[in-house]
Amino acid sequence: MKNKNLYNYILGIADNSLILGQRLGSLTGHGPSLETDIACTNMSLDLFGQVRSYYQYAAKIAGDNRTEDDIAMLRKEREYVNVLLVEQPNTDFAYTMARQFLFDVYHLSFLQELQKSKDLTLSAIANKSIKEVSYHLRFSSDWIKRLGDGTAVSHQKMQDAIDGLWTYTDELFHQTEADKAMVAEGIGVDVTLLKEAYYEKVKAILDESTLQTPESKWFQKGGKEGVHTEHLGYLLAELQYMQRAYPNMEW
Amino acid sequence: MVSRTNKIECHLESSREVSIIMTTTEQNIDEILIPILEKVSDPEIPVLSIMDMGVVRTAVIEKDMVKIQITPTYSGCPAMDVIGDDIKSALKAAGYDSEIELILAPAWTTDWITPRGRKALEDYGIAAPLNAEADISVLLEGKRLVKCPQCGSTNTRLVSQFGSTACKAQFQCDDCQEPFDYFKCLK
Repeated sequence: MKNKNLYNYILGIADNSLILGQRLGSLTGHGPSLETDIACTNMSLDLFGQVRSYYQYAAKIAGDNRTEDDIAMLRKEREYVNVLLVEQPNTDFAYTMARQFLFDVYHLSFLQELQKSKDLTLSAIANKSIKEVSYHLRFSSDWIKRLGDGTAVSHQKMQDAIDGLWTYTDELFHQTEADKAMVAEGIGVDVTLLKEAYYEKVKAILDESTLQTPESKWFQKGGKEGVHTEHLGYLLAELQYMQRAYPNMEW
Repeated sequence: MVSRTNKIECHLESSREVSIIMTTTEQNIDEILIPILEKVSDPEIPVLSIMDMGVVRTAVIEKDMVKIQITPTYSGCPAMDVIGDDIKSALKAAGYDSEIELILAPAWTTDWITPRGRKALEDYGIAAPLNAEADISVLLEGKRLVKCPQCGSTNTRLVSQFGSTACKAQFQCDDCQEPFDYFKCLK
């Protein structure tokens, strides 16, 4: 492949949305209330829509016969390069919203920078997605506040969720080889520059929600290199089932 | 994610020439095609034609082929494939073959819904989008600005930020008690 770095770079962006979209989508019919159920699946739909644009572009760059669906459905676990944060399971609603919030803050600031990319396709996708993702952030921030500043039980559940997921936040700002190459070409976003503002923004919302910002300095990593937590395998088994069982099936 | 046989591929060129098309906010639509396209509606909001919705960006006749560019309201809007199919069959019935492209830039905004489209939404029972500044306060600070499409009262409240489709939020009127959809503002 001629443009391997760009291809890998696009997957690095898109896989996060695919895996988080799948997590949210699996709440269909299982949300804690009808409104939150619909909200989670609507966000899932937005993320899948964005993923299609990214994978179509990646398929074009690959220049062989692969399609967006091949990229989404037919890779092995180690070939997915999403961050560990987004593959964490829907343990309870506080956990689901904390995961969403910790990703949304990053996602929005990332897209705001990606809009300035020299690559016009990536810039257009970012510009389109920002409108959707700012709505996601509004929704997840709202739930952090409602549960954090809610009852004693909801506060404890949200604090546990933030504490549990905190270890996955630092990885958002790790640079891969593809990242470095694309930053050098003016196409990619330098994620290291987003880190400070990210933690400030997160802390501001946590403060407002009467939640403690964790102080742990030990962080997990590996997702961006394809080394995942045990949860991703199970997620992919479900995501890929139809394409594996009935190769090339179409709706 | 899995494909329909005839789904629309998003148009994702990055050449200079395309970038000019991608940055214009003006529609370029051949007048002959307008009456045909006005008969095609959004499958999820049947009273709203795709022309009044502002999703058709370009429609030109080149020899025997009509070339159409449409843009999605939301990235994941599942109606786009159906809209593409409906445009093709409407044009076929009028004697034209067509090619449909989905473009992402410039990104769709609720400002492109025509006044006639806004009226059709209201008549159908969906509150039309307010301006962007109003929208944030409506959603987050509980201000009562959205007008109930049933009784006209603004004594309404947000029930859920997400509604029956990606483009709508759920509201309820505290005067007539009717729940209704509000078309979210997108800029």
